[in-house]
Amino acid sequence: MTGTPRLVYDATVAARDVTLRLEVAEGETVALLGPNGAGKSTVLGVIAGLLAPSSGRVELDGRDLAGVPPHRREVALLAQEPLLFPHLSALENVAFGPRSRGDGRSAARTGAREWLDRVGVGDLARRRPHQLSGGQAQRVAVARALAAEPRLLLLDEPMAALDVDVAPALRHLLRGVLAGRTAIVVTHDALDALLLADRVAVVEAGRIVEQGPTTDVLSRPRSAFAARIAGLNLVSGRWDGSAVRGDGIAVSGLPSDDPPAPGEDAVAVFSPTAVSVFRDPPGGSPRNALAATVTELEPLGDRFRVRATAGAIPLQAEVTAAAVAELALVPGDPVNLIVKATEVSVHGALRASSGALPADTVGP
Amino acid sequence: MTSRTVALPRWLYVPAALGGAFVLLPLVAMVTRVDWSGFGDLITSDSARDALWLSLRTAACSTVLCVVLGVPMAAVLARTDVRGIGLVRSLVLLPLVIPPVVSGIALLYTFGRRGLLGHTLDVLGIEVAFTTAAVVMAQTFVSLPFLVISLEGAMRTAGQRYEVVAATLGAAPSTVFRRVTLPLVLPGLLSGAVLAFARSLGEFGATITFAGSLQGTTATLPIQIYLERVTDPDAAVALSLVLVVVAVLVIGVARTGRSAP
Repeated sequence: MTGTPRLVYDATVAARDVTLRLEVAEGETVALLGPNGAGKSTVLGVIAGLLAPSSGRVELDGRDLAGVPPHRREVALLAQEPLLFPHLSALENVAFGPRSRGDGRSAARTGAREWLDRVGVGDLARRRPHQLSGGQAQRVAVARALAAEPRLLLLDEPMAALDVDVAPALRHLLRGVLAGRTAIVVTHDALDALLLADRVAVVEAGRIVEQGPTTDVLSRPRSAFAARIAGLNLVSGRWDGSAVRGDGIAVSGLPSDDPPAPGEDAVAVFSPTAVSVFRDPPGGSPRNALAATVTELEPLGDRFRVRATAGAIPLQAEVTAAAVAELALVPGDPVNLIVKATEVSVHGALRASSGALPADTVGP
Repeated sequence: MTSRTVALPRWLYVPAALGGAFVLLPLVAMVTRVDWSGFGDLITSDSARDALWLSLRTAACSTVLCVVLGVPMAAVLARTDVRGIGLVRSLVLLPLVIPPVVSGIALLYTFGRRGLLGHTLDVLGIEVAFTTAAVVMAQTFVSLPFLVISLEGAMRTAGQRYEVVAATLGAAPSTVFRRVTLPLVLPGLLSGAVLAFARSLGEFGATITFAGSLQGTTATLPIQIYLERVTDPDAAVALSLVLVVVAVLVIGVARTGRSAP
């Protein structure tokens, strides 16, 4: 770790009213989280050299990027669509960056083959882009971006154009390749931020409204806006095969594409909209009935966000104003938070805490 | 793709058929006038062979020139975003709409002995007007817009997204142009080149004005046909048929090129 951050972004694009300041440390992945039109992609465009800021500066490893053309920035961009060159095979696509840098044909191809293997599509090297599925093409695009050995990798909603059934596998892949790499991920999906980023900056109307470590921003958003798009319930603890046992509570859920082994650290994720609030514990099918204490009631348009603590863990439920009135909720009330296990996705421990516990020391 | 489409109004077929007949009937009429017994002799006479060979050579040369000059022109027009580029585009495409004989006169007053550059060329010992080079220049002048307009459209359709990706992967502008831009518009370039070749092959007005009609030097096939029309109508018709066959072949090549993946 060096003292100076790898990227310092402090610039304004007046035409789109985007002004923000952002730093990315070496080896860190930062998520820019925000709705469409918030200015996230504008920031990526400025960093990649496709847009000129009207004022301010962008520095990469201490080098001012003003006036530096895109091909000399060592910043690779992975977009929503794979944009593989249609006239080149998958292998030639991946070899394009190294070839452009001046590598010889055979060296570039050898390297490209390794990258294709690492992203799991080594057997598709000779295919043309039109012979690949969306998920396969995006994997090749990931390999192509990484083969260029960028100092900084920019990902602009890399899962947005994929079918829902292949997105998790790509997310899993990105989670692996982004570890230790310096990257910025633009997304409007809180789950992408949770699984890919060390840090989150929430962007609204061209400004950063909130930033901090991913788990903090996602579980305890301070701005109403961040709460609306990012307010996820996160319960971390130990996975016992059917539930995550955390600080005084246990949450049953379904393991995701990246399942933890029993005994491993894990996090249970569920949306506030999946949580119902009951005065008394109900019978019935929902697996999770969490005894909690209401701490705060926050109006969100026609709904209320009910903040509560279960054990030591802050949780949120989103309910209608009518329900709050009917239950006559006030802070301090004991309630039961009900969540169906099918609404809870369980992921292996976050990268920030991964490695804290070696697997062989974890008891049954 | 559905096989059923919204039906056309029936009356539309009448003017459509009339238009088709208007185009095809003269060709049929010409074929009926061909003197088949002397056909072989007519199209293998010295003057006819000279004219055909000259036409093919000059049209090939001007097509090459069109590609060499037209590809950069199309790229600049498609990728430049400054005020006035629209006007530049209209002016560059002017040869499409001005009468070829006017193009010939303009060339004559530029490169002819008394033209704008005539004195300069004279000092350099270069004489252009009424040479085979003049034929190529006249053909290039009128054909260039066909290639530029077809290629510029292809470049605009292809967009810049792939070029942006290539740049972020570290490719310098020349590499992007050579390895991404050109391969992506190759079909447009091919059809543009075929159009330019066909237009060059049929060039008449600008050529006869700027280059004259000397057998073997500047008398291309269309000019030869025009000259023989009075003295030897049978030869004119036979040579016309040759030109039609060449044109049909060109269209065939262009169509297979376009339908290929």
